Amino acid sequence: MLIWENIKLAFQALFANKMRSLLTMLGIIIGIGSVISIMTVSSSLKTSITDSFQEMGASNITVGIRQRGEEEEVRSNGMHFGALEKSASADEDDLITDEMLEELQSSFSDKIDAVAISENVGSATVEDGNTSCNISISGINADYFESSQITLLAGRKISQGDLDGKKKVIMVSDKVIDAFFDGDNASALAQGIYVNQNGVTTKYYIVGVYQYEENSNFSSESDEDITTAAYIPLTTGKEALHSDKGYSQFTVVTATSVESVSDFASEIETFFAPYYAANEDYEIATSTMESMTESMTEMISTVSIAISFIAGISLLVGGIGVMNIMLVSITERTREIGTRKALGARNSSIRLQFIIESIVLCFVGGCLGIITGFILGAIAATILGYSASAPVGAIILSVAFSMLIGMFFGYYPANKAAKMDPIEALRYE
Amino acid sequence: MKEQEQCIINLQQIRKSFFLGQPNELEILHGINLKVKKGEFVSIVGESGSGKSTLMNLIGALERPTSGTYHLENIDIGTANDKVLSDIRNQKIGFVFQTYNLIARTTSLANVELPMLYAGLPKKERTARAKELLNMMGMGDRMNHRPDELSGGQKQRTAIARAMANDPSIILADEPTGALDSETGRHIMDIFHRLHREQGKTIVLITHSRELAEETERIITLKDGAITGERRGGSYADLGKH
Repeated sequence: MLIWENIKLAFQALFANKMRSLLTMLGIIIGIGSVISIMTVSSSLKTSITDSFQEMGASNITVGIRQRGEEEEVRSNGMHFGALEKSASADEDDLITDEMLEELQSSFSDKIDAVAISENVGSATVEDGNTSCNISISGINADYFESSQITLLAGRKISQGDLDGKKKVIMVSDKVIDAFFDGDNASALAQGIYVNQNGVTTKYYIVGVYQYEENSNFSSESDEDITTAAYIPLTTGKEALHSDKGYSQFTVVTATSVESVSDFASEIETFFAPYYAANEDYEIATSTMESMTESMTEMISTVSIAISFIAGISLLVGGIGVMNIMLVSITERTREIGTRKALGARNSSIRLQFIIESIVLCFVGGCLGIITGFILGAIAATILGYSASAPVGAIILSVAFSMLIGMFFGYYPANKAAKMDPIEALRYE
Repeated sequence: MKEQEQCIINLQQIRKSFFLGQPNELEILHGINLKVKKGEFVSIVGESGSGKSTLMNLIGALERPTSGTYHLENIDIGTANDKVLSDIRNQKIGFVFQTYNLIARTTSLANVELPMLYAGLPKKERTARAKELLNMMGMGDRMNHRPDELSGGQKQRTAIARAMANDPSIILADEPTGALDSETGRHIMDIFHRLHREQGKTIVLITHSRELAEETERIITLKDGAITGERRGGSYADLGKH
């Protein structure tokens, strides 16, 4: 009951001296505000990354070879590891063979929806007289589009028939169609284009046109020299490379019946272990969207907590400001304290009154700080292109922490007030 | 024993000294003996520096005597701790100050409620009692005004209502009319007489005004920290004006 009365009293005192209260709270507002704005940006970033990873396929497991002793490495696009080292040191014996894949698929037929394979054939240019266009060719299998989503504008995807017949067919982006067929997707189908790769020109027939999607997160190219992906049958690609090698990596699309993707990922690793037991240089490693999302968000969290900690130091300064003003306040209200004691207030009641006043001051400051911090953070997140999301944990924590500051820095002044001699306090001018 | 019971305030050989840094010791009160009976209206008169403020602080349980014994309703004040003293001030004594000492920024009603708040009374009871007291003081229409919106007389009436809040045994009034003009002071004095007559309150009035002291039943003169005179008063005649 006394606590509730004291809270009301504290708010009265706060509003009686609005300007002073605001200036006192400024330290807390800035401290909490900066922590919350950092947390808002980081939580928006995390949500956005998680969402885009989920979109890319949360049920996918990327399986690839990795040099032994190498730490798991997640590149900026989150998809490849060990792939670049392949050409340098991995020879044919190290790669994943068709037999292994068949074995894997038959062993886990109920858990695997599809195995998507994509091998980089290299970059090339499409040429026709004066017009040219950059493409990056990937050889894919028929299941490839199970693991990555595209929007087909015209024609069809690469089929098993194309693979079996090692056909010279290609899927290109609408950017290529814009350059060579004036954007008429339908009329481009079945037309031949000349692809120049390292001086060798090959004629491919267009079977499908997909919509090029600008990758907002990682895009850096201008529109003119943009390189878009083009897809040819995996078998055709192998022929072009004059190689019959295996694969350095592939993607498993897990069936919806699989409950834990990461558990299945370790099952796959176990499956491959015997094949690579005798291999001194390479082993099989898997990575899931889940694990990639986790490591990304973990990194963001660590960075934001570190920055918040530094921002939190200003809370200390704010707390000292509160203590200072509380000392001024009890000096000003010495007579009031004396009167309260004469009316029967115990020392503990006086102490409680001023501690609550200090807590309320910091609490209000903390709330204002959360509001300002969230607004600033939301603006920053919007500018960076993410949708803002509130860091709920950080908000609850900062409310609690600001009240703790109020209690800590309010104790000394409150105790000083409690210990005042009532007579001297009453006589104070 | 019977006499003991009737006696609300019982000061025996009270001495009070202050240490103003060694070796200086200043003795303000030199062995005061004073008894106040239940329902008495007593005034303590003295020039400034006579020690009457110190005496009032002692009677009001705001401090303990250096030596001697003080019993307030048979409670030994000399040995009581802060908790007990606070409770005595809360329950047994109602203070009325020269400078009103109302809590700024809070309404008259909240001021009157305050002693009851410290006594732990529930909100409803507090408000009801505070309203009743303020009405009794003729402050019914100024209950929700803050001290800075009240005149001196209104402030002092609020302060008296506040002193009455926990129905104390004694009202201790320190120069209650000192800051008021004579007419308003008259009103305040009438209120004290009314409380004394109608409610049988024990009132100790501390003043330097002999005129006001004459109105009380017993006048105690204090000089240089000792009681120098004691006589009967009682010249107060209610003219029926108030």
